[in-house]
Amino acid sequence: MTTPDMDTPGPLPATPPADPMWLRASRHPLAWPLATLALILAVNASLNPGLWHLQWRDGHLYGSVVDIVNRAAPLAIVALGLTLVIATRGIDISVGAVVAISGAVAALMIGGDLKIVDGQPVHISHWPLSVALLAALGAAAACGAWNGLLVARAGLQPIIATLIMMLAGRGAAQLLTGGQIITIYYPPYFAIGNGFLLGVPVAALIAGAVWLLMTLLLERSALGLFIQAIGINPRAARVAGVRSRTITICVYAFCGLCAGIAGLIVSSNVKSADGNNAGVLMELDAILAVTVGGTLLTGGRFTLAGTVIGALIIQTLTSTIYAIGVPPEINLVVKAVVVFAVMLLQSPEFRRQLRALAVRPAPGGPR
Amino acid sequence: MTGRGLRIPPVVASVLLLLAMVTFGSVMYRGFFSAQVFLNLLIDNAFLLVVAVGMTFVILAGGIDLSVGSVVALTTMVAAALVEHRHWPPALVIALVLAGGAAFGAFQGWLIERFRLQPFIVTLAAMFLARGLCYVISIDSISITDTTFSTIAQARIPLFADAALSVGSLVALATFAVAVFIAHGTAFGRNVYAIGGNEHSALLMGLPVARTVVGVYALSGFCAALGGVLFTFYMLSGYGLHATGLELDAIASVVIGGTLLAGGVGLVAGTLCGVLMLGLIQTLITFDGTLSAWWTRIVIGALLLAFCLLQRLTQRAEPT
Repeated sequence: MTTPDMDTPGPLPATPPADPMWLRASRHPLAWPLATLALILAVNASLNPGLWHLQWRDGHLYGSVVDIVNRAAPLAIVALGLTLVIATRGIDISVGAVVAISGAVAALMIGGDLKIVDGQPVHISHWPLSVALLAALGAAAACGAWNGLLVARAGLQPIIATLIMMLAGRGAAQLLTGGQIITIYYPPYFAIGNGFLLGVPVAALIAGAVWLLMTLLLERSALGLFIQAIGINPRAARVAGVRSRTITICVYAFCGLCAGIAGLIVSSNVKSADGNNAGVLMELDAILAVTVGGTLLTGGRFTLAGTVIGALIIQTLTSTIYAIGVPPEINLVVKAVVVFAVMLLQSPEFRRQLRALAVRPAPGGPR
Repeated sequence: MTGRGLRIPPVVASVLLLLAMVTFGSVMYRGFFSAQVFLNLLIDNAFLLVVAVGMTFVILAGGIDLSVGSVVALTTMVAAALVEHRHWPPALVIALVLAGGAAFGAFQGWLIERFRLQPFIVTLAAMFLARGLCYVISIDSISITDTTFSTIAQARIPLFADAALSVGSLVALATFAVAVFIAHGTAFGRNVYAIGGNEHSALLMGLPVARTVVGVYALSGFCAALGGVLFTFYMLSGYGLHATGLELDAIASVVIGGTLLAGGVGLVAGTLCGVLMLGLIQTLITFDGTLSAWWTRIVIGALLLAFCLLQRLTQRAEPT
């Protein structure tokens, strides 16, 4: 059970009094992330009355909520890839650098010129769009696979293996772009980050597709179980016949691929590639989304739906902070405090102490 | 768990590589082999040396501290704001930020030790907290015009001929000497090695594990704040974007200096070697002039990788 649904039929009046429905619901893995999201949305709605105001304009869906979903898309994709890595007891802090690499490769291969053909202005890319996209995603997946090789084959600690990629990958992205911002002049490419399909932002659709694909793949096959087994006990998993090394390498490669997709969305959205700043600090946001969503950093249990909710929480938090009107840089402090809170809540020691505090005044009380 | 023979190779490899790089630079570039070029290594990397020395203790104890870079930035920011905006006496400001850094580190250590949290995630969150606090103080850079600061920053202590050292580099060397003493001459240092070797065994041996872990992170926080003070002298300004990525350089210096990431094995002296090597890479790239500065990051990454793999090889050879 990786991503159980929220709408499991709850028992109606016949529930035994000792176990009321709200208590059962509160034990659901997605209950806390959903409650957090609802709380932040409520705060946001009180500051910004137009939050739920949706508009259908020029065949597109417009509104603050659509905007949040659209902006959360790259983060959600990166966080989904990272969820699997964390589920194998790993971590990937190179995702930000890979986002920059993917954007840089795409920008360099597309470039784009305006030419006049038969009196009509036509945008021409250096390489065909599909080749450029494949090359960018290939480079990203290769970075991920390299991380996986270092972790699974060379036995490096995941934090160090991906630290090397974070360092060298950022350097490579800066080298590719020459430290400049490379502007892209090729409108078809902008569809990825700015386009709409059937009225819905393409970026959100891509994120949805990645989520759907992963859910199908992990729940309809034993792969999800294998990944969990590796995270709970790598040695036992290997002894039980799980090809843990191959799976670990694939998981890191997939995480790189996800970062690559996000890199395309980001660079397409801003119509340029910035080797210095693209994806900077994205790794923390992604780790935050994964943990807030309910995936344990210690490996094993993971939830893809939780990660998507986590990404939405982060983005809603960001836009709420904008709505309050404090400088956006304060965001970092708020996020850091949220990470501390989530970390503590996930720590069994902390929960035990909290319970002791709550129980001591009234032993035998409801809690 | 490791024999004496295994403690040496990574450090020896670092020293040999350092000598090879010096030889290469001296042969390839005119004016490279001069006393001032080498003293400049110390002057330009004084803050890195101090931060890396603190990081050495954390890694020796089997942890990691990703917050050091932003603690350096926060220190420059607090120091600049207090000196420039509030006109507090510099000595008081420096004492205050050093105590603040140690307290910040101790807080992280307490979270890690008390609630069994993973060091990298605690220090990652602390990294963003400190970076964010910089922006709470000010979003813009604050330049320091205080005469005490600028006098100390510009002071040069002549050694011989026309070679000189800065105050910052002397402080860094003193910190290094004290750190060597702490690591090898005190009970605290031996406890750090024991915990890094095997925390459980250390606990069973009756060593004060909790106190030592908190102490190690407090030490790292203190060193980061001291590095921040040196950085303030070096840049004469406070800015939230100062020292981005310094944590990576510090970790790289420690690892290239031959300290095992798994903890328990390594020398503080190796870290000096690692810092010098990082500085030397930058100097070589500057002297070459044709390579772009972005290569620095890639070369450091490659070197870090090579040393990590070397560590794995020596570790693997051990149980057989």
